[in-house]
Amino acid sequence: MKDKLIIAGHEFNSRFILGSGKYSLELIKAAVENAGAEIITLALRRANSNADNILDYIPKGITLLPNTSGARNAEEAVRIARLSREVGCGDFVKIEVIHDSKYLLPDNYETIKATEILAKEGFIVMPYMYPDLNAARDLVNAGAASIMPLGAPIGSNKGICTKDFIKILIEEIDLPIIVDAGIGKPSQACEAMEMGAAAVMANTAIATAGDIPAMAEAFKKAIEAGRTAYLSGMGRVIEKASASSPLTGFLQD
Amino acid sequence: MIKINGKAAPEAKGNTLGQYLDENGYNKTRIAVEVNGSILSKKEYDSYIINDEDIIEIVNFVGGG
Repeated sequence: MKDKLIIAGHEFNSRFILGSGKYSLELIKAAVENAGAEIITLALRRANSNADNILDYIPKGITLLPNTSGARNAEEAVRIARLSREVGCGDFVKIEVIHDSKYLLPDNYETIKATEILAKEGFIVMPYMYPDLNAARDLVNAGAASIMPLGAPIGSNKGICTKDFIKILIEEIDLPIIVDAGIGKPSQACEAMEMGAAAVMANTAIATAGDIPAMAEAFKKAIEAGRTAYLSGMGRVIEKASASSPLTGFLQD
Repeated sequence: MIKINGKAAPEAKGNTLGQYLDENGYNKTRIAVEVNGSILSKKEYDSYIINDEDIIEIVNFVGGG
């Protein structure tokens, strides 16, 4: 049986959700292709007439995941989500409610409120959240399609600082757990997948790399490796040595 | 005063929204429009006449994470 990522009944072969912020439109196609990504995030902003549009640079068949960045409360997130759907690119939305400009930490309470409203309106809601088990349970009850806990502050590339709490969500929550924000290098993406995360979302790690398409490919490989390792069942850890070679038949006595 | 994306746009008065979007180079398949806090569907663009005091937001997708 093929191993698929399933979000609200939609199947994906790739477990790498790619962000599209902070790099040039010309590099998006190569990044998507090298990443093997099937979902890409976008933001909604005031339009400039005659400007190049990002949708013209995204390969066909890629699922668009608009975020609600800029929203400071549930009401604003709902407004942005509805406008995003009106552009005409599907029902997926990544809820992001932030009113802290220093650490960009999400407001779980407002996120839950927005999730409840949008799920009732038929959106496929993927909330970005601070990894708290009670909030995650509330998001499940509110109709979320996945849970996207942060590894570290957005754009920090610090890795999975919240590792133990994400593990709790993976253990206790019966929805795809997608580690979003903070993952800075492929080894950290691999670590998230080894832990049993359903997918990884990364943007800044790719956007600030020296060679963007090459880093997208490195993440793809790391995510695949981590997933395969998780499915394989990790080898055990013990305190003392355990010889790997036979302890008989030595060339002595 | 008519405001479009935060800027005064008195010249838009009396035009349909569709006319305004065409004349200003917006690709109607790539945007969403909100008038006075309510979303206008694409099929309403050609019938909606821009009034005095309208607050209009024209949005599209950009790169984001």
